[in-house]
Amino acid sequence: MLRYLLNRLISLCLSLVAASLVIFLVIEVIPGDPAAFMLGLNATEANVAALREELGLGGTLPERYWAWVSGMLTGDFGTSYTYRVPVADLILDRLWVSLPLAGYALALSTAIAFPVGLIAASRRGTATDYGIMGGTQLGIAVPNFWFAMLLVLVFAVNLQWFSAGGFPGWADPMAAIKALTLPAIALALPQASILARVMRSALLDTLGQDYIRTARAKGLSRRQAVIRHALRNALIPVLTIIGLQFSFLLAGAIIIENVFFLPGLGRLIFQGITQRDLVVVESVTMLLVFAVILVTFLVDIAYAAADPRLRRK
Amino acid sequence: MIRIEALSLSIHGLPILRDVSLAIGKGQIFGLVGESGSGKSMTALALMQLLPNGAEITGRAHLDEIDLLTQSEADMCALRGNEIGMIFQEPMTALNPVQSIGDQVAETLLIHDAATRAEARRIARDRLDRVGLSHIGMDRFPHELSGGQRQRVCIAAAIALHPRLLIADEPTTALDVTTQAQILDLLKDLVAEEGMSLLLITHDLAVVSDMADHVAVMQKGEIVEQGPTAQVLGQQNHPYTRALFAASSHQPDRAQMAGRAPLLDVENVLRLYPGPRRGLTRGDPVRAVDGVSFQLHKGESLGLVGESGCGKSTLTRAILGLDPIQGGAIRLFGEPVTPAMRNDLRAGIQVVFQDPYGSFNPRWQVEKLVAEPFHLMAAPPPDRRDRVAEALQSVGLQPADMTKYPHEFSGGQRQRIAIARALITRPRILVLDEAVSALDVRVRAQILDLLADLQSRLHLSYLFISHDLTVIRAITDRVLVMQAGRIVEEGETETVFTAPAHSYTRTLLAAAPRLDIMGRTGTNAAM
Amino acid sequence: MSRLPVSLLLGAALSAGFLAAALLSFVWTPHDVESLVIANRLQPAGGDFPLGTDQFGRDLLSMLMVGARTSIAVALVAVGIGITLGVPLGLAAAATRGSLLDEIIMRGNDLIFAFPSLVIAILITAVFGPSALNAILAIGIFNIPVFARVARGGALSLWTLDYVLSARTAGKGKVRISAEHILPNIANLLIVQATIQFSLGILAEAALSYVGLGAQPPTPSWGRMLAEAQTMIYTHPMLAVLPGLAIVLMVLGLNLMGDGLRDVLDPRLRRQRT
Repeated sequence: MLRYLLNRLISLCLSLVAASLVIFLVIEVIPGDPAAFMLGLNATEANVAALREELGLGGTLPERYWAWVSGMLTGDFGTSYTYRVPVADLILDRLWVSLPLAGYALALSTAIAFPVGLIAASRRGTATDYGIMGGTQLGIAVPNFWFAMLLVLVFAVNLQWFSAGGFPGWADPMAAIKALTLPAIALALPQASILARVMRSALLDTLGQDYIRTARAKGLSRRQAVIRHALRNALIPVLTIIGLQFSFLLAGAIIIENVFFLPGLGRLIFQGITQRDLVVVESVTMLLVFAVILVTFLVDIAYAAADPRLRRK
Repeated sequence: MIRIEALSLSIHGLPILRDVSLAIGKGQIFGLVGESGSGKSMTALALMQLLPNGAEITGRAHLDEIDLLTQSEADMCALRGNEIGMIFQEPMTALNPVQSIGDQVAETLLIHDAATRAEARRIARDRLDRVGLSHIGMDRFPHELSGGQRQRVCIAAAIALHPRLLIADEPTTALDVTTQAQILDLLKDLVAEEGMSLLLITHDLAVVSDMADHVAVMQKGEIVEQGPTAQVLGQQNHPYTRALFAASSHQPDRAQMAGRAPLLDVENVLRLYPGPRRGLTRGDPVRAVDGVSFQLHKGESLGLVGESGCGKSTLTRAILGLDPIQGGAIRLFGEPVTPAMRNDLRAGIQVVFQDPYGSFNPRWQVEKLVAEPFHLMAAPPPDRRDRVAEALQSVGLQPADMTKYPHEFSGGQRQRIAIARALITRPRILVLDEAVSALDVRVRAQILDLLADLQSRLHLSYLFISHDLTVIRAITDRVLVMQAGRIVEEGETETVFTAPAHSYTRTLLAAAPRLDIMGRTGTNAAM
Repeated sequence: MSRLPVSLLLGAALSAGFLAAALLSFVWTPHDVESLVIANRLQPAGGDFPLGTDQFGRDLLSMLMVGARTSIAVALVAVGIGITLGVPLGLAAAATRGSLLDEIIMRGNDLIFAFPSLVIAILITAVFGPSALNAILAIGIFNIPVFARVARGGALSLWTLDYVLSARTAGKGKVRISAEHILPNIANLLIVQATIQFSLGILAEAALSYVGLGAQPPTPSWGRMLAEAQTMIYTHPMLAVLPGLAIVLMVLGLNLMGDGLRDVLDPRLRRQRT
């Protein structure tokens, strides 16, 4: 078990290094001189030099890479060129919107998908199963940002149950949760559809396994065999998909924030792009990629908990 | 007492069983024998009421006073595992991989509310001890156990509540011969000890003759003959029984034609696998083949026998020049065998594998399949089609079969195609890697006849690899016995079988179930 | 092959409909989609404008037709990138299982998986500015590891089969075996995966152009139509509903087709039928 953990931990670190190299390469090496790029065409040589100085773009490439990485390790993400404040502060602010949103959506998605997938699998071939499969097929086809717009149209414009956008801050937790509810639903529905289908097929797969027949021969009813033997085995492929979905949720959240005018990381990154603030773009993408890699790591650990074959010795 | 009367079964309208009647007394071992698809397993599943969807069943089946076919599903759940236990063929997949073995045995008790959690664990421990796993902890997981140990766990779970009937569906087919003997002994002891009845389903007449008090022979969903084992196997009144019996101990007519010239010379071969990963380093390499030496002579049939994992497949791949070796030398017709060996050298040694289903690219027609080894020739022969037709005819197929796809053939016919493919380059050596192991006995006998015939016609040399001692004895002149990567005994086949020198050979021979105890009255006429 | 599944027929019909509309838009649309005629703004559906017009006076039906073209082109090229790069990588990894090459390919895959296509698009846009090419690259790059995995997984199970061993005893090399024996037998898997990636590509293209990282004006695209409709949603909801419906129907069609193809092509299911 310890060896497995150590193995995954090493692989986590290697992935992070590789990812940071890719991002550094795209943002700081490909454009040539990032300072000149950020200031645009009309910049004077003096201005560019000043910005270069300000951003610490002096040294050689390895020096700059090391400065960037070691800065991030100590919580220093550089200073935003447009906002003139530390990027770390900006991110921390926005994280308090984006992270709860992704978590909310993930919770909703699993809470919907598990029972739905279980019902479809246990009533395989019935009208219920066909209905669920049809519904999830539709759910997968709906773009989440369009679904978000429809939700706004129905629940904010027509019914006026929710506000159409904006975020009141966490001073009033109830209001904050309410403001995140429509975005979370919009994010969760397509993911829940995928997850429910995976859950169903994983369950059907395990139900065809020999050990289910053994369990039935021991006197377990169909239902008992599902609960005691099929579920935990089906969880293994389902976990993989949950891990993969996290990156989709994160990407989706960036877009959904635009529909609901939520001040999250997504808004920050798009402002960064339009204002050519490379420092912000660089750090936020690194953070997003870090989150994806971290979740992959957590899924690997969950695997080991679910599957004794992985934690031998 | 189990009584089945006039049991008929169809699944989605397709008849599976017809008018099956049998009776199993208390404490009796009842052997149900037949070839694959004969309906043996379905009979068992009908007793358990675990039939697939679309099953329609008529007739009666009683376990003492209980009418099994009229029980509700809830009542059947109460009976299964409690009054009737069952174990299956494939122990590697029969246990839940994410649950400890102790829990899986205890579950039988818990599900029937027969014990508290603590008691169930204590009884499970006791049952595991009884099936010979006293040295295995309750918290071990299935993947940590061997196939034989897993089958023991299945048995422990099945007998945890002392059922009146235990159904064993091909319980040892997936196991090595020594493990098979141990499991069969265990089942025999349990029957005597517990006074339960055992319904033993198998394709292997020898297993039945060793084990069963009564035997029923099944063919195409019907019982064609049944009675006390000695009587059924001794008298063989039904032609199908005779055919099965003859095929099981079939001895093809073979001419002795082994020469002295060595075609294949294997000398002190060493094949290593990298050791298990230990963090960044690796453990000591595994010696899968460890100093093996032998020669295969012209026109000779040489057997290589051993249990799974002994290294015989690894050795085969090295001889075929598919994998590199780490020590020693393999010489074919005097030239070294390596993965980089010349194509015309390769053309001299061809192979037939076990699996008649995985042996062919499903998208190719027979002509292309059989002609594939022509790749070994500098230029494909101009009479390619004629050569393929000739090869097909020599294995008993028609030239017209050239345009068919592999799925249009039965298992035995596919094995004939595989032999035709191996012969197309006119090799001098044929390697037969478990080539008849997946076939039913009657088909197996036909293929063995074909191989014997081809050998004398084409003066081929065979390297015949098998775990099956009967087959090795029937088709080889000389035999090598392999254990843990080494050849432990080598000699004339008859000598090795009648006077084994090495203790491992003796163990193997003692473990193999024997059919000849009843004397042979059948003829080969039914072939 | 007795009867084709309903899902396949329905899905193929839907997809073919959109494809036909997209192809037709090359030669004919009811109105020009690039000229803004303010006099025609926000016309209701019917008459000269079957589905009405937007706030710039452009005909919605024409916009949807050309939008289909954009979506299909982007998704198709992205799938093409994924197949041409991913499949050979996957085949090579499987053929050299456990080797350094296999390890490098799989680690590279994992690395790309850590970059959702939106993040790739953000990175490209930040440096090169937004364009349809961005969207293609971003989605295409993300498709590479998907196809590499499917190809490797399918190929690995085939490499253990006896017919591959037979081919090796017939003196065939790994490249030749991959081409003759492996690729044709994983084609089914790849076709089904291609349909799925195609539909995901349509969704991703819509999302990217919605946030301005995809096709740029004046090229119409479904995603940007939705972005432009967002401010009009209170007064003219149909402007937002129609492009969304187009996306849903196109994606639904492709997914149904993928499901149907899987049923028809899956060798396990086919064996049961024969």
